[in-house]
Amino acid sequence: MSGEPLLAVRDLRVGFATEGGRVQAVDGVSFELAPGEVLAIVGESGAGKSVTAQTIIGLTKSGNARIEGSVRLRGTELIDAGDEELRKVRGERVGMVFQDPMTSFNPVYRIGAQIVEAIRAHRDGASKADARERAIELLDSVGIPDAPRRIDAYPHEFSGGMRQRAMIAMALALEPEVLIADEPTTALDVTVQAQILALLERLNRERGLATILITHDLGVVAEVADRVVVMYAGRVIEQGTLDEIFYDPQHPYTWGLLGSLTRMDRERPQRLPQISGAPPSLLDLPQGCSFRPRCPHEFGRCSELPGLDARLAEAPSHLDRCWFSPEDKRERRLVEGEIGLEAPAR
Amino acid sequence: MSGAPLLEVTDLVKHFPVKRGLLIDRTIDQIRAVDGVSFTVQAGETLGLVGESGSGKSTLGRAVLQLLEPTSGSVRFEGREIAGLSRRAMRPLRRELQMVFQDPYASLNPRKRVGQIIGEPLRLQNVARGGELRREVQGLLERVGLSPEHYNRFPHEFSGGQRQRIGIARAIALRPKLIVADEPVSALDVSIRAQIVNLLADLQEELGLTYVFVAHDIGIVRHVSDRIAVMHEGKIVEEGPAERVCEQPRDAYTKQLLAAVPIPDPREARARREALGMA
Repeated sequence: MSGEPLLAVRDLRVGFATEGGRVQAVDGVSFELAPGEVLAIVGESGAGKSVTAQTIIGLTKSGNARIEGSVRLRGTELIDAGDEELRKVRGERVGMVFQDPMTSFNPVYRIGAQIVEAIRAHRDGASKADARERAIELLDSVGIPDAPRRIDAYPHEFSGGMRQRAMIAMALALEPEVLIADEPTTALDVTVQAQILALLERLNRERGLATILITHDLGVVAEVADRVVVMYAGRVIEQGTLDEIFYDPQHPYTWGLLGSLTRMDRERPQRLPQISGAPPSLLDLPQGCSFRPRCPHEFGRCSELPGLDARLAEAPSHLDRCWFSPEDKRERRLVEGEIGLEAPAR
Repeated sequence: MSGAPLLEVTDLVKHFPVKRGLLIDRTIDQIRAVDGVSFTVQAGETLGLVGESGSGKSTLGRAVLQLLEPTSGSVRFEGREIAGLSRRAMRPLRRELQMVFQDPYASLNPRKRVGQIIGEPLRLQNVARGGELRREVQGLLERVGLSPEHYNRFPHEFSGGQRQRIGIARAIALRPKLIVADEPVSALDVSIRAQIVNLLADLQEELGLTYVFVAHDIGIVRHVSDRIAVMHEGKIVEEGPAERVCEQPRDAYTKQLLAAVPIPDPREARARREALGMA
């Protein structure tokens, strides 16, 4: 965690013009990714986590998008990079894996041909035979059995888990420095999910591949992440190390989410602790803290937006957006001895 | 837990034919979605049906309610055989048997107002009409945590969690005895899931409902169920009290399923990975 960050996102803002008005999908997001680190970005739909990831590699550029801030990859600014440069960054320096591998592959071409094409598009000198050899190696390395034969399969001939492995192989084809995985296991069965998470973990451990993992699932986060960024309604509301977020959560939304999880390793509670209400519409955000309407601890000052600040002397890299003092939070987050959010009466 | 079960399913089979041919369809194979399944559900309890995609759990839920015609086997509701009943013969039974669907975006007619959607079963079964119907629907809206003022709104004006509440209000409108809930929370945001799970639990207590809760998430299933049946490749591979199935699984597939569930606790997740020799 020392030295220059691999990727530095500073005050990133992404706004879209929609029929209903301007939507600030990402509102001042900053974080860093260190070499070899797995950073999880957690949030619900509309939190801005996918837009953040897509903006990093220039996929949100369009006529109705306004993008501000800075994204630096080893010092190279990507926000104002041209299309050609971004094309090179994608693939060569940043690999991307999406939720649904069925839509990421072209259904009418063989898996291998698509990986070969990706390699040759970026490596001018690569012969077809070499690229094919490399593709087989890649498929084998992500755990696809009988890769020399399976390379000629079509995407539909692969199961969901195998397609996701092939997608990861393609993302790794040009040995990127960063892998961005956007809900890579959400569409998969839980037994397959465990295999894909183990693969991502192995790639990180063996190759030191820095990874941004975007997910809504805190169980997935606990299994693979080193650090966590929690987003809500376009803003980062808390960030810290994995253990800081899970064992000393500082924002009521974070501890509310942690409290509402079903835990197989615990006794079943009578009722699941719940967060009331729903995430706000980005067209109609509350003034100040966006979580305020759902927060049972809300008080007068919450109508003023708290900064994303370090509030713990012992953990300067643990940041959160909540006005309460750490002592106050540690007391308030306990519901019947467990971390959770007291739900207001229905 | 004694006495005649509310629901008794015996050797239920649902096969889908795989057809090929241009002019004359030939059945070349069968997909055995549900392949000889038996279970019972006592009044007032929740049976969780857990399995992965393709396990047949959703097909089973639909075949139980006769939304899909079973290929063979028996479904007895309050002792009466309902498998293979005609739509007309099923109609009076629809008051007793209801369903909550996974996708609250696809299961509500977008052109109808919420009041019409929830009131439709009451109207079709001639339970209420006019002002009485309206009052009944407004009462249902309140009961599921919405407001009576929502009566004239359209589904698109609601969030996913609120839409699922509308779907639940429709399902309980006729005071059914049995509800099959097919993945009722899996399309919802994490912060909303607990709300819907708790709502279903409250309604069960208030209305004495019996649930068959179909889901892939064994954590949620364990929380809501008295008993759990684990499905794999069209069959129930293990069935028993929820705690027993989760803590002392007997079947190899159940064990595999449980071992794959992520633990939302970094220290315990690490300990498990180390125990499995992965880190």
